[in-house]
Amino acid sequence: MRKLELKWGIILALPAILGFLIWNLGPMIASFVIGFTDWSVAGSPEFIGLANYKEIFFDDFIAKKSIIVTLYFAGGSVIVSMVTAFLAALLLNRKIRALPLFRTIFFLPSIVPAIANAVVWLWLFNPDFGLLNYILEIFGLSRLQWIYDEHQVIPSLIMMSAWGMGYTMMIFLAGLQGIPQQLYEAVAIDGGNWWHKFRHVTIPMMTPTIFFNLVMGLISSFQAFAQPYLMTNGGPNYASMLYCYYIYQNAFQYGRMGYASALSTILFIMILVLTLLIFKTSSYWVYYEGGRGR
Amino acid sequence: MNPIKKNSKVISKIIIYLILLVASVSFLLPFIWLVRSSFMDIGQIFILPPEWIPRPFRWQNYPEALTAVPFGRYALNTITILIFVEAGVIITSTMSAFAFSRLRWKGRDKIFSVLLTSLMVPYVVTLIPTFLLWKALGGINTFLPLTVPAWFGGGMFNVFLLRQFFLTIPYELDEAAYLDGATPLQVLWKVIIPLSKPAILTVAIFTFMSVWNDLLGPIVYLNDPDKYTLAVGLATFVGMYTGQWNYLMAASTVMILPPIILFFIGQKFFVQGITLTGLKG
Repeated sequence: MRKLELKWGIILALPAILGFLIWNLGPMIASFVIGFTDWSVAGSPEFIGLANYKEIFFDDFIAKKSIIVTLYFAGGSVIVSMVTAFLAALLLNRKIRALPLFRTIFFLPSIVPAIANAVVWLWLFNPDFGLLNYILEIFGLSRLQWIYDEHQVIPSLIMMSAWGMGYTMMIFLAGLQGIPQQLYEAVAIDGGNWWHKFRHVTIPMMTPTIFFNLVMGLISSFQAFAQPYLMTNGGPNYASMLYCYYIYQNAFQYGRMGYASALSTILFIMILVLTLLIFKTSSYWVYYEGGRGR
Repeated sequence: MNPIKKNSKVISKIIIYLILLVASVSFLLPFIWLVRSSFMDIGQIFILPPEWIPRPFRWQNYPEALTAVPFGRYALNTITILIFVEAGVIITSTMSAFAFSRLRWKGRDKIFSVLLTSLMVPYVVTLIPTFLLWKALGGINTFLPLTVPAWFGGGMFNVFLLRQFFLTIPYELDEAAYLDGATPLQVLWKVIIPLSKPAILTVAIFTFMSVWNDLLGPIVYLNDPDKYTLAVGLATFVGMYTGQWNYLMAASTVMILPPIILFFIGQKFFVQGITLTGLKG
């Protein structure tokens, strides 16, 4: 039996293992190596050592701006989306009528294809005819330039990503529904009010879910590509030059495969460091039932 | 309950519903805006303050937009890719998840956790070498780069999701089958798969969404307009018809419709699937 399980285990897992080697590990090593060459679409690649990295850190101001803009966008959209999603989940976790309806409404935006999303929001953001400026005017506020202004473009894109927070909300909702009712009852018996319940039951019990959403949210927002590609072209003044779009431009518009590979190695390191940081700090703030930290 | 407490309960209920209502309207507003514009005359779209009822009701926006570029061709391409990806993902992710949860073999969990790290590797990081590989193999401008990788485990996200589900099935069922002389393959086919239809359906739905929404892959690998998917077709449409907002809105509405319909049909599985991924494993 053991032998049979070993044989079939390896046979059935083989596609996934090969897939990891061919589509993940292999390309990652290749990307790292190509980053030290001047590989372009035409012509033969030559080894140029650290020249790409030197250019990124010392000469290419767009790359540096892109890193800052991406951190700004990723941090902002993760925080805003998570807070929105958490509040929505808290609201939906009460005994309310028409729960499935509200849940569907909050969830739907997250399944809108990026391209359709871009069309709608381009129009909402339109400074002259857009709905958002019209709403601002109703409230007597002054018009904004939204994605057409250097300083407003990232906050605008963050707002747009908060609209698509549906997945995160669903995971929070599932987490909230998994909290045992006895814990709340215990707080009530001790005379605690809603704040005590929230602070000493909800928050600690939700930390694993918050942790999960934080990591997944960060990884996905670092990969944002559609917004600059479809809406802003990275502008104005490179203020929305999200990193993946910059990699795409270098590789597939300028044909600089070597340079783009060096850029993507840096992206990978950034994500790796951030995730490790979150994992390392998690033992201080993530609560696991039974008291076992991981 | 004393009347003051009861009153404050009612008030807090009203406040909650009020918040939900305002939030719902703001979440729906972009959809309403989209659909209303898709039926309007181009002149009416620009009227301020905005009008909400299209007059005249221009349903012709739809046939006109959809024939302005070969959307039928794009749809066919998308569906072709979809079929091959779905088949690859469903078959190979079920196989792998089974191997990583129901069979005991040396090194299983170590290998699984190594494979899981691929979830943290951004698509763009592997894109360039993969592109160069496909270029060397002559796969550019074919559907191969978009479909073949799906046959290698179907993505660790799906394997993880299915594995989470398989772990909830009692092991006694497998053992009973083995006692009857079944092979691992028969256990997978006759015990696990019949019990896991909801989870497999969830994977199918997630896969549909990701293929339908994929932009970067088709942009990079397909440059012949005849090969475009709907997402890329619509993206070029946006570039060509910047002034024709009513057409763009009509085409976008068509693009949004299939995922929404699918969501409503498979809502139960969808919610289950999302819940499953959020559980720690």
